[in-house]
Amino acid sequence: MAAGAGSLPELEAVAWRRRIDERSLRLRERISAAYTALYITPLLVVAAVLVLIEPLLAPIALVGLFLAWVVPELFANRGAVVVRVSRRRDGGPERVAQGLLGDLLGHDERELQRHTGLAMERGRLGVWLVSEAGALLVRPGGRCVHAFCVRVADGDLPPSDRIAHLLLALREDEEGFATVANHAFVGATWRMRRRIPAVRRPALDAAAEVSRAYRG
Amino acid sequence: MTRLLRMDASGHTELAAWSAGDPASHERAASIFDEQLDGGYMGVAKLHDQSFEQVKQLPVDVEYVLLRRPIVGG
Repeated sequence: MAAGAGSLPELEAVAWRRRIDERSLRLRERISAAYTALYITPLLVVAAVLVLIEPLLAPIALVGLFLAWVVPELFANRGAVVVRVSRRRDGGPERVAQGLLGDLLGHDERELQRHTGLAMERGRLGVWLVSEAGALLVRPGGRCVHAFCVRVADGDLPPSDRIAHLLLALREDEEGFATVANHAFVGATWRMRRRIPAVRRPALDAAAEVSRAYRG
Repeated sequence: MTRLLRMDASGHTELAAWSAGDPASHERAASIFDEQLDGGYMGVAKLHDQSFEQVKQLPVDVEYVLLRRPIVGG
């Protein structure tokens, strides 16, 4: 896909990808839900049947239940990596970058970013939470979240500048931003909430709250 | 005055400033802007309606212009 007017120039580097839009996000959500159900349902059925046949097989049934629980958690953990907490850098450049990032955000978003490290941005696809190395997209309704791996191609930048880079690209072209990024996870917001660092959770709660209002 | 800011390892650096009533200052800033684009930076202008737009030529009447590095899937 060539980058058109108003599109992110970075799309040229991923020309083989189809542009992410509302429809493709919904499709991913349905496929993920179906895949999870397909994986979990047999484990739950086997666990129930084992206990019904012979109650002494309960420990084996528990192994099945554990697998049904742990696999979705591992998927969510892969998505949570995009908002992991990196080593803090509080030097002069970071203070300067924090000032610029603060200028890009509204008052409430600025306070949220200072406390959680995530910059909240309302988009057409949902509510975004931008970190240094990726972004979460909480979908309208607040029950579903996508995780995207994306970063600025300059390792020397202070953390707040890296967030500002992603925020600017997101504001230039939301769908283009989602297309350039690597999709890491889609699933329940509550599951993602458990896997992300505690310091990030208030941002996810706030984004879910805002995205619930998207339904009116 | 409208400012041209580059996001870099120092946090950010002001490279130029210009005003709509001073074409010479804009010309100087545009020359610096073009050099930065040749060096791999991308221009993003903050417009008066608070939206952001990618620019390949330095606009005259905007709030400010930022130079950023490309992003990649991680």
